[in-house]
Amino acid sequence: MTSTPHPDELTAQRLAGLARGPVGGKDPDPVTGDGTLIDTPGVRAPLVLNDRSFGEITNIICGYTENPVPRWWYAAAAVTAGLAAMMTVFILYLIITGIGTWGLTNQVDWAWDITNFVFWIGIGHAGTLISAILCLLKQKWRTAVNRSAEAMTIFAVICAATFPGIHIGRQWMAWFLPPLPNANAIWPNFRSPLLWDVFAISTYGTVSLLFWYMGMIPDVATLRDRADRRLRLNPQSGGPLLPFLPIPVDLIRAKVYGFLSLGWRFSGRHWHRYEAAYLILAGISTPLVLSVHSIVSMDFATSILPGWHTTIFPPYFVAGAIFGGFAMVLLLLIPARELYPHMKDFITLRHLENMAKILTLTGLMVGFAYSMEFFIAYYGGNEFELYAFKNRATGPYWWAYWTMIGCNVLSPQVFWNKAMRTSPFVIFIVSILVTIGMWFERFVIIVTSLHRAFLPGEWHMFSPTAVDICIFVGSLGVFTHLFLLFMRFLPMFAMAELKAVLPIASPHHGPGHGSGGHQHGGGH
Amino acid sequence: MASTRLYVTEAGETIHGILAEYATPAALYHAAEKVRDAGYASWDTHSPFPIHGMEDAMGFPRTKLPVLVAVVGLSSAGLGFLMQWWMSLDYPLPVQGKPYDSWQAFVPITFELGILLSAFTALIGMLAMNGLPRHHHPLFRKTRFLASSDDRFFICIEARDAKFDPDRTRALLEESGATSIELVEE
Repeated sequence: MTSTPHPDELTAQRLAGLARGPVGGKDPDPVTGDGTLIDTPGVRAPLVLNDRSFGEITNIICGYTENPVPRWWYAAAAVTAGLAAMMTVFILYLIITGIGTWGLTNQVDWAWDITNFVFWIGIGHAGTLISAILCLLKQKWRTAVNRSAEAMTIFAVICAATFPGIHIGRQWMAWFLPPLPNANAIWPNFRSPLLWDVFAISTYGTVSLLFWYMGMIPDVATLRDRADRRLRLNPQSGGPLLPFLPIPVDLIRAKVYGFLSLGWRFSGRHWHRYEAAYLILAGISTPLVLSVHSIVSMDFATSILPGWHTTIFPPYFVAGAIFGGFAMVLLLLIPARELYPHMKDFITLRHLENMAKILTLTGLMVGFAYSMEFFIAYYGGNEFELYAFKNRATGPYWWAYWTMIGCNVLSPQVFWNKAMRTSPFVIFIVSILVTIGMWFERFVIIVTSLHRAFLPGEWHMFSPTAVDICIFVGSLGVFTHLFLLFMRFLPMFAMAELKAVLPIASPHHGPGHGSGGHQHGGGH
Repeated sequence: MASTRLYVTEAGETIHGILAEYATPAALYHAAEKVRDAGYASWDTHSPFPIHGMEDAMGFPRTKLPVLVAVVGLSSAGLGFLMQWWMSLDYPLPVQGKPYDSWQAFVPITFELGILLSAFTALIGMLAMNGLPRHHHPLFRKTRFLASSDDRFFICIEARDAKFDPDRTRALLEESGATSIELVEE
C-alpha cells in the first residue's frame, strides 16, 4: 500500500463503501447514547445515523458483499462448516443405525430431538414478527433489522424441519407426510395435530421464503446494477474499478443477481403493486406466525399427558417463540454491528433498546404462563397434573426447571434499568441466557412430563448420547453457516426500505416546501 | 386520439422514449404531477425506493392485486377443506372414536392452505401484473439509468404514447426540473 492512493483506488474505495462519507462527528452523549435514545415526546429519534445519503447507504450495504472477505468471516465459516459436516455425518449414522442411537430408548421418546425442533421453529418467529407484525404496526425501526431477521427465520426453519424429519425412524418413508396416494391407498389422518404441524411448518417455511425473496428483489437488482455498471465503466477507467473484485466475478454477479432480480427496474407503477403485495404478505404472515407455534403447541396440548394437556399452551408457546427469537436476532446482530464497518449507523442503540424491551415483555409473558400453569395445576384439582408440576420444580430435573426460570424470567429483568438495556454487552449476555433458557423450557416441557407418565413402571431418566449432542451442536453450525453465507452474498439490509424512511425520501422534503405547503397538481 | 407514430434516430434505431433524470424524490414527485397533467399515458417513474403518494402524482388507479389474492386465498382454503373431507371419507381411519368428517379438526390445515396459496398469488400476481420477469428492457442500455437503483430518480415517457412529440415532450421534461435528458433507443 502506498501512502498516496491512486485516484482509481479512491473511487474504488468510495464505491465499496470503505471511504467514510461526511460524518457529524458528535461525541456519544451520556443520555442519548449515539443520539437515538431520545425520550422527549415529539422528538423523533433518527433511524439512520450520520446523515447518510441514499448513495452512501447503497455503498455501505453493497460493500458488505463486494469488499474483500474479512478474516473473521473465513474463520467463522470454517468452524461452522465443520459443525455442519459433523451434523451430516451423525445424521447419516443415525439413519443407517436407527434412532435407538439417541438416548430415547425408553419412555422419554421425544427428548432432545423434539426439544430441538421446537427450539428452532420458535426462533424463526421473531423474524416474522419483525417483518410482518411490526410492518402492520408501522414501526419504522424494523427496516434496519427485518432482512437479517427474515433470513434467520428461513435458516431456523431449515434446522427445525430436520429434526422431526429424522425422528420418524424410517426416514425414507418421509414422503408419507404429505397427502400423497400411497400403495395402501391410505390418506394421512387429518384429525391429528402432527399432520397439522406438517402443513403449518411447510406453509410457514414457504411463505417466509417468498416474503424474504420478494423483499430482496429490489436490493438484489441494486447489486446487479452495480456489477453491470462496473463492467461498463472498467474499460474507461483503464483497469478494474474495484481492484479486489475481478471482472470474471462481476460477470457472475451480474448474471446471478440479474437472474434473481427478475428484471426489476424500479418503476413507480411496479413499486405500487410491490407495496400492495408486501402489505398483503405482511397481513397474511401475521395470523400465520401466530398459528404455527399454536399448532406446534397442540402437538402437546391435545395429548392427555399431565403437563402437556393445558389450554394455555398456544399463547404461551407463541410468546416464548418471539422471546427466544428476539434473543437470537440480538445474538446475530450485536457481533455483526461490531464487525462490519458503519453498521452502527443502521442498527443503532435504539434498535437494541427496543428489542431488549420486547425481550422483557415477552419474558414476563412466559413468566406469567409458568406461574399460571402451576396455579391451574393446583386449582384444577387433578392430582396427576399437580404431581407433574411439583415434580418439575422439585423432582430429578429441578435443575433444568430453575435454569429455565432464571434465564427466562429473571435475567431479562435487568432491562428495567436503562443503562442495562442500552449496553450491547449486557444485551448480548442476556440474549445468550435467554437462548439457553428457551432451550431448557422445551426440554422441561418434554422430558419432565414424559419421564413421570401414568405408569410408575415407565419411569425413566433421559440421558443424551453423543449422537444427540453432536446433531444439536451441528444444527447450530448449519444455522450460523447459512447466516454467514447470507451476510456475504445477499443484501443484509433492506436498502430500499432504509432509504424510504430517511427524511430526505419524503416527496415534500427540501426547498420550496417551507411555506404554503404542498401544491397538489400543477394546473397546465 | 392521434395515431401512434414511429420515431427513428439518425442512426436508424427506433426510439423507445425520452429519459429525464432528477436529483431528489421531491423533484421527481412534482415532475410526475406535471407529466400526469399534460395527459401522458405511457410513461413511468423510476426511483430507488417507493415514494409515498406517487400513485397520486402519477395518477393511476389502485391495483386490483388484493382482490385477486382474496379470491384465490378463499377458494384454496375451501378446496383444502374439501380435500381433507374427501380424504377422510375415502379411506375412513377409526382413530380415538372421532367422527370421520369432524370439520373442527380440519380448520388448521384449511387455514394454512389458504395462507400458502395467498402468498404465492401475492408474489406471482404482483410480478405478472408488472410484466416480470423480463429479460431485458431498453432502459438498461443507459448506464446513467443504472443509478435508479442507487440514488437517482427518472421519468421515461415512451414514444408509443399518443401525445408523444420529440420536441414538446422534451420541453415538458426540461421545464419539470430534469437535471439531464436523453433519448432511449429500443
